[in-house]
Amino acid sequence: MSKIIELKNVNKWFDKFQVLKDINLEVAPQEKIVICGPSGSGKSTLIRCVNRLEEHQEGNIIIDGTELSESTKNIEKIRAEVGMVFQQFNLFPHLSILDNCSLAPIWVKKLPKKQAEEIAMNNLKRVQIDDQAFKFPGQLSGGQQQRAAIARALCMEPKIMLFDEPTSALDPEMIKEVLDVMVDLAKGGMTMIVVTHEMGFAKEVADYMIFMDEGKIVERAKTKEFFDNPKSDRTKLFLSQIL
Amino acid sequence: MNLIAKPSKDNIKTYVPIGLFLVSLSFLDVFVNAFFNFNLMGFLPSQLSYFLPLILGYIGFYLIRIEFSGVRSLDILNKNINSNNFNALLTLFTIFIIIKSTPPMLDWFILEANFVGNSKDDCTGDGACWVFIKVWFNRFMYGLYPDSEQWRINTAFLILFTIVGISFFVSEKLKKYFILFLVFVFPFLGIKLISGGSFGLEYVESAAWGGLSLTFIISAFAILFCFPIGVILALGRRSSLPAIKYISIGFIELWRGVPLITVLFMSAVMFPMFLPDGTFIDKLIRVLIAITLFEAAYMAEVVRGGLQALPKGQYEAAKSLGMGYWRMNALIILPQALKLVIPGIANTLLALVKDTPLIFVVGLMELAGMIGLAKTNPKWLGMAMEGYVFAGLVFWVICYAMSRYSQNLERKLSTER
Repeated sequence: MSKIIELKNVNKWFDKFQVLKDINLEVAPQEKIVICGPSGSGKSTLIRCVNRLEEHQEGNIIIDGTELSESTKNIEKIRAEVGMVFQQFNLFPHLSILDNCSLAPIWVKKLPKKQAEEIAMNNLKRVQIDDQAFKFPGQLSGGQQQRAAIARALCMEPKIMLFDEPTSALDPEMIKEVLDVMVDLAKGGMTMIVVTHEMGFAKEVADYMIFMDEGKIVERAKTKEFFDNPKSDRTKLFLSQIL
Repeated sequence: MNLIAKPSKDNIKTYVPIGLFLVSLSFLDVFVNAFFNFNLMGFLPSQLSYFLPLILGYIGFYLIRIEFSGVRSLDILNKNINSNNFNALLTLFTIFIIIKSTPPMLDWFILEANFVGNSKDDCTGDGACWVFIKVWFNRFMYGLYPDSEQWRINTAFLILFTIVGISFFVSEKLKKYFILFLVFVFPFLGIKLISGGSFGLEYVESAAWGGLSLTFIISAFAILFCFPIGVILALGRRSSLPAIKYISIGFIELWRGVPLITVLFMSAVMFPMFLPDGTFIDKLIRVLIAITLFEAAYMAEVVRGGLQALPKGQYEAAKSLGMGYWRMNALIILPQALKLVIPGIANTLLALVKDTPLIFVVGLMELAGMIGLAKTNPKWLGMAMEGYVFAGLVFWVICYAMSRYSQNLERKLSTER
């Protein structure tokens, strides 16, 4: 089976501290992977390496046949194909929700303004905030902002979506509306890597679970197996604490 | 017994009228004294009559200081100017000083001032001699620019103000072309019109330019150029490429560390010595370049402040959407960073306008320079006060307008709730 994401022996250091240790990971198209683990285990760093918001120092990362290297052209091409959703939403506060969504299609993909706005409206409809299109991010609730951020990423029509703890900064009652959108997206066949502590969500959509600790992938298993029959003691301990 | 009780809601009916009466009496005393030179309390010993308004006002304010009186206006008054003894005294002093200083100011500016006449001898009153400004007005506006050619300056500024005026009323799309014209075409058109030398216009050398029109020309050009240069330097200073980064730092620190007056002197006197023989750059242009680069260094640091205030997430979000360095900065980073530092930008530009008088060191005379020249004219000696008050007023009007505009812009661009 062809792989859309391939990480081979990836190592990364912050100064002398090694955050990623010999990471190997393969993701097939349409697969959904959930990464969990204690804080500081390198989960966020791992997915940020996938679109090179962080630079890895050793190993290879190959996205959809293109290897991530120093070349800015490669990086920009890959970033246009890989959508990312952040913990802090990171919407552009000086632009309306519609402009947030249509800006990158217009300037990066060079679509005509009208077409870009059409795509933006469709995606906003998909996450059910098309009625907020002309408001500014500061006027929306946290849940609405995160859904807008998902719509913004979708407007680039990415092949892969990365989620970096998308619900961690939300009020409890807004978590569901965001997870619903993500479940919907998963069912639509998107390739997804999600860093999250929402185990209910993981059980529902993930094909594989990955457990990380101290920069290493400790366990990689099918979702059912991972929850019912974890192999390593570290995973067992982690699961017993959060479930 | 009742009279020495602490002011409270119970005795509000007696205390407030007495208090207000005492406060009014103290103001009346100072007012009559200042405006009619008559001492109401003259029958008292001199020291006592001198301090009496203060004592009366102080007691009066004490009596009306009633917390939660239930009378809205009284509560507002107490909260703002009479919250404790010290504030009551401050209030009294401030009001006394305003009342006391009004008559002499009025006398000097208007009542005793001289408005008619053509020479210093017509100024017989004790107040200001505004005749000085009237006679020299033309020079203060146009410097030594020939009278017969002044219509050219007028036309240039008229075109400028007309375009700016119209651009407030046209659609967004047309506005864009207006702004492009103003930034890229008009400056050169205007300069050509004022300097002449072609199209049958007589050539007027830049040494003859001066007065307020020169203030405007220098300010406008320096603002126009220092802004983009400042932005590029700010980006350069944060660049990840060491060469660009250290060149930017070097440039900024060099220009920031040197006084403007030195820079101007060097640009006019020393710089030509390094040029090959026969090359000649107009003095005004050299001065313009010097001011522009000098202010650009300050502008760069202001803009850098805005860049640093933006959360890292904005950069990451822009990158994750596939934007490259220039698109990210032009579309996401700079619009937000510049909006954040509008007050700082306004500050720098105001300082720039007020720095223009320094060009006198190289012999160019804008408004303040022309006034300095006029006051040394043997026929008009002793007119420094009128001249500099006038200059101060004109600069204040210009700077206040700029300040209001920046506040307006800040409000308009705000997307907060």
